Amino acid sequence: MTVPVTIRIQDADFDIAREIEALTRGRTDIGAVVSFSGICRGSEADQDIAALTLEHYPGMAEAEIQRHVDDALSRWPLTGLTVIHRVGRLVPGDNIVLVLTASAHRQAAFSAAEFLMDYLKANAPFWKREERADGSTWVEAHHRDDEAAARWEKN
Amino acid sequence: MKVKYFAWVRERIGLAEETVEPPAGVRTVGDLIDWLATRGDEYAHAFETPGVIRAAIDHTHVKPDMTIAGAREIAFFPPMTGG
Repeated sequence: MTVPVTIRIQDADFDIAREIEALTRGRTDIGAVVSFSGICRGSEADQDIAALTLEHYPGMAEAEIQRHVDDALSRWPLTGLTVIHRVGRLVPGDNIVLVLTASAHRQAAFSAAEFLMDYLKANAPFWKREERADGSTWVEAHHRDDEAAARWEKN
Repeated sequence: MKVKYFAWVRERIGLAEETVEPPAGVRTVGDLIDWLATRGDEYAHAFETPGVIRAAIDHTHVKPDMTIAGAREIAFFPPMTGG
């Protein structure tokens, strides 16, 4: 059976409960859903953040998420996947990203959600610009994000 | 070929995309970066630290030694900060 996969990049907010409901409705093969939400923080390194603006590479962003979803499907016995990434201007408290992973048992769902987030942060073509009181700058990539992604590499 | 720029690479160059015809000696992604950097101060600024720049050919991440032969769309951008 084909595993239902939803990938969306959108300006609009998402409703986590509604997305879980859409993933599990009418299904009796799902025993676990793990939900990860990334949320816009109000400060970074003790500096207040007024807003984040997310830019993406249309076409490649969807393709790159799909590649990682396919990779996750080949590694774990998943029964459903949802990835939603917002773009545009977001303020502290706003949702940024949602990953839902469904499986018969929890371990695959937990592992796949963590894997997808680690890979998306390091490889999906999205960039954040941060607005602060003293101006706005592009967020620099963290080495720790590359390290988080690298630990999933197969030898 | 079409070239696209994102985030601060786009801002420094002042363009989101353009069509370029690099000379025959430009064979790899790294060659293309070196050639683009000679096209003006904006380009020199954008590509001043080539090791930081990431590239994709037709929506797939590539390394600097990748050939650009047959590429339809090449994109240059900083390390990704989504999620």
